[in-house]
Amino acid sequence: MTSAVAVKGKELEVDEEGYLVNLGDWNEDVANVMAAEDTLTLTENHWEVINFLRDYYAEYQVAPAIRVLTKAIGKKLGPEKGNSKYLYELFPYGPAKQACRYAGLPKPTGCI
Amino acid sequence: MAVLHTTNKSPLQTRDLESCLRLSRPGCGVLLIEDAVYGALAAGTTAATLTEAARQRRIYVLGPDLAARGFTAEQLIPGVEVVDYGGFVDLAVEYHHVQAWI
Amino acid sequence: MSEEREGGAGQVKRFMIVNRKAPYGTIYALESLEVVLIGAAFDQDVSLVFLDDGVYQLKKGQRTQGIGQKNFSSTYRALADYDVEKLYVERESLEARGLTVDDLLVPVEVLGSAELGALMERQDVVLAF
Repeated sequence: MTSAVAVKGKELEVDEEGYLVNLGDWNEDVANVMAAEDTLTLTENHWEVINFLRDYYAEYQVAPAIRVLTKAIGKKLGPEKGNSKYLYELFPYGPAKQACRYAGLPKPTGCI
Repeated sequence: MAVLHTTNKSPLQTRDLESCLRLSRPGCGVLLIEDAVYGALAAGTTAATLTEAARQRRIYVLGPDLAARGFTAEQLIPGVEVVDYGGFVDLAVEYHHVQAWI
Repeated sequence: MSEEREGGAGQVKRFMIVNRKAPYGTIYALESLEVVLIGAAFDQDVSLVFLDDGVYQLKKGQRTQGIGQKNFSSTYRALADYDVEKLYVERESLEARGLTVDDLLVPVEVLGSAELGALMERQDVVLAF
C-alpha cells in the first residue's frame, strides 16, 4: 500500500507509516507539511533536530535510534538538549520516529 | 567462435571461477562482475590462476562493482581491463555469445 | 552481566553476529547490519565477527554510486554510538586477502582462528550471515 503527501501541488510517495519513499523528494516544505498534518508548527528548535538527523544520515547512512540520537545531540548541542524530556516536548510522537519522518529519512532501525 | 564468460561470485566462496576458467577456451573473454571482482586483485589468492588464464584469454572487470567494494584498477593483476556498463554491452555484442557462470 | 543493564527491559544476552559474505553481491551484509542495530537498540550485548569474505565489508574507500546501492559501509562508523564496540576480525581471513588493519574503516581487534573459536563458544546466541 502506498500513499502520498501533497507538497505545493506535488504528490510525494510515502509508505504506510508516512515516511518518504524517495529520500531525494525531501525539501523543507515537506517537513512543514508533515508537521502541519500533526498540528505542529516547526520552530528553530525543531529544525535544529531535523537538520541534525539529516547530517547524521548523510554521514552514517542510518537513521539513529532514540538512545543514539539523545546521546549524539547531547554531545553536539549540550546536555540541556540531549535529554529525552526536551526531545519529547518537541516531538511528542517519539523524537527519533517523528523527527526522522519530517527529515525525510527512513524510520529508525529498532523502533517499533 | 569466441565466447564471453561472466562470473559473479567471490572465488573464495564458490568454485565458479575455477570451473569457468577450466572450461573456457583460448581466445575467449572472461568478465568478472559483482563479488567476482575480488578474484582479479593482485593481493588475492586467485591472482596466480587468473594471471595464467590471462595468457590466452582477455580478462575484464566491471568497474562500478570494483569501486563499490573499495578497490581501484591499480590493485588488479596486470593485463586486466576495466569496463563500465556500456563496455559490458559492447563486449556482449562483440563476442559470439555470453555464458554466465552463476 | 551488570546489574544496571539487567533492570527493566529484560534479560541481556551476549549476541555474536558472524559476517562471512562480501557486501553488495548478496543481501547478507546489509541484513546483518540491521540485526546488529536492532540488537543494540534493545540494549543487548552485541559483538561482530568478520571472517572469510566478510572482512571485505570493512574495506575503506567503498564508492557505490556506480551500482545504485546504498553505501552502508558508513554505518559501521556509527556502531560506537550504539555502544557496539566489539568488532573482531579473523587474522587468517585478512591475510588471505592481502589486507591489513590499515585497509579497514573502523578500529577492530584482530584475532586468530583459535581465539575467535573460543570467543564464539562463550556467547549466548551466535547468528551467522
